[in-house]
Amino acid sequence: MTLLRVENLSKSFGPTPAIEDLSFAISLGTIHSIIGPNGAGKTTLFNLISGLYRPTSGTIWFDDADITALPPHRRARCGLSRTFQNLQIFLNLSALDNVMVGYHLACDGRFLPSLLRLPSVVRRDRDYRERAVALMRFVGLEAFVDAAADAMPYGALKRLELARALAVQPKMLLLDEPAAGLNPKETAELDFLIQQIAAQGITVVLVEHDMRLVWSVSNHILVLDHGRKLTEGTGWEIRHNEDVVAAYLGEGGRHR
Amino acid sequence: MASLWQPRTGGLLALAGVVAGLPLILPNAFYYDVAILVGINATVCVGLNLLIGYAGQISLGHAGFFALGAYASAVLTGDHGWPPLAALAAGAAGVGMLSFVLAQPILKLKGHYLAMGTLGLGIIISIVLNQEAGLTGGPDGMPVPSLRALGHTVAGEHAWYALVGLVLIVSVWLTLNLIDSPVGRALQAVHGSESAAALTGVDVIRYKVLVFVVSAVLASLAGSLFAHYAGFITPAEASFARSIELVTMVVLGGMASTFGAVVGAAVLTILPQALTAFQDFKMLVFGAVLMGTMIFLRKGLVPTLAGLIRNRMRSGRA
Ligand SMILES: Nc1ncnc2c1ncn2[C@@H]1O[C@H](COP(=O)(O)OP(=O)(O)OP(=O)(O)O)[C@@H](O)[C@H]1O
Ligand SMILES: [Mg+2]
Repeated sequence: MTLLRVENLSKSFGPTPAIEDLSFAISLGTIHSIIGPNGAGKTTLFNLISGLYRPTSGTIWFDDADITALPPHRRARCGLSRTFQNLQIFLNLSALDNVMVGYHLACDGRFLPSLLRLPSVVRRDRDYRERAVALMRFVGLEAFVDAAADAMPYGALKRLELARALAVQPKMLLLDEPAAGLNPKETAELDFLIQQIAAQGITVVLVEHDMRLVWSVSNHILVLDHGRKLTEGTGWEIRHNEDVVAAYLGEGGRHR
Repeated sequence: MASLWQPRTGGLLALAGVVAGLPLILPNAFYYDVAILVGINATVCVGLNLLIGYAGQISLGHAGFFALGAYASAVLTGDHGWPPLAALAAGAAGVGMLSFVLAQPILKLKGHYLAMGTLGLGIIISIVLNQEAGLTGGPDGMPVPSLRALGHTVAGEHAWYALVGLVLIVSVWLTLNLIDSPVGRALQAVHGSESAAALTGVDVIRYKVLVFVVSAVLASLAGSLFAHYAGFITPAEASFARSIELVTMVVLGGMASTFGAVVGAAVLTILPQALTAFQDFKMLVFGAVLMGTMIFLRKGLVPTLAGLIRNRMRSGRA
């Protein structure tokens, strides 16, 4: 079953389009990687799917609904969630409250119940606080449960973004270069985490330059170049595609 | 024990203690007058801090909302004989609606543009109050009848002190509730990263509008109280200088600290009274305080002090 379908999507900022006439589909329950050289348009594509950018033309279908015109917060409601290449942490909040914001849709966001601190709000907050702690443990942040976000190291903040994105309880999780800046041990842990997340039934879309991680986790790979689809297929097909090797991987990338 | 360190328990208790204990040391009516003005300013600042400190937006026009509340009470009770509480509620509702309608276009602006937008709003309100002399008495101002409710007249510094103290405590209590709730987290998330907030499902515009309206309504309520207390108001209440005063109080006390807003309001209300020679240079002093805070005390008084105490305690334990 198709969870996400992108049809003839284009986005230009200036004269040269960042995404040009791009069409592809992502099936439910897969780990789908998107690779390509710097400036290929991967982050732009994520911004289009998550609603931060409006496409110049084209359509985005998610879960059989046309979400092209929906604002980002409505897309989160539909089951889309993501992390950012340039961290977007709420540095003015504690680590735990960052994850709690992820549970925003599950908590009671109405004004009067919050203002009067009704018992129902307090109870639900308490329940979700426990779940937020559990999520922080899941991503390996047990040591930072009481930390202020602005006092945490870079690697921990990347995990915090992951925990927050999972708190949205998404159907599809978009990860923009989650391994960037991580050491090999941390990348191996991330590899394991992504597989566990997928095993929970969450469809994972991974933008990543670390090819070892890409080869390890992906069911399917889409290759972007200059905003266009170069090709797509299984890891084996991509590794043996001469165009991809020429445009992006180089001889070394095939084997890494 | 540890829970007494929470703002909602220990902090509120401390504030109530100060408000209740202060009359023991206030020697005469002049000091009561200053204390009452502190309470009124603090109430405005607690709401303004929700907007500036927590949600990360700016308003350089909040004196306008304060003045609208004041004039609503003055005109409706004085010229139309409304009961004061009804006038106060009508003023708050009117300001709520006005701020709601204006918030949509204004809050789409960011940074300097938002500052300019709210600045313009404050100036327009000030001009209207000055020009509509038939209604407001123009630059000369207008008298306001005293506050009567439930068959009683609030008169004398003791009664006003009690009323304003109560209003401040309730405002702080509600604000603390809000901050530590899904709504409060959403507001702070909007401050931290609008994109990330939106992608966790936070309707960014809705929460920005909400906090703008809440802070405007609180300013209007405080303005109504002020009008009855002072007995006479002028359009100066809506002036740009007054808006800057309010922002300076929030910044000095500490952004994103509710008790900071109270402390900032106290310091900057008392200071000009204590140093009467400063009256002529009031704006100069406020400008200097604003600059000094931004350069030397980024976080403001209360968060800086709280941080120092926390460090002291931690190193004491270690
Ligand atoms: N907001 C923007 N305004 C103008 N140009 C933009 C904007 N966002 C992206 N671009 C341009 O679009 C193109 C694609 O950028 P994008 O960030 O999507 O690449 P990417 O594939 O994510 O690259 P990287 O691997 O370096 O992260 C680039 O030429 C970039 O300069
Ligand atoms: Mg990118």
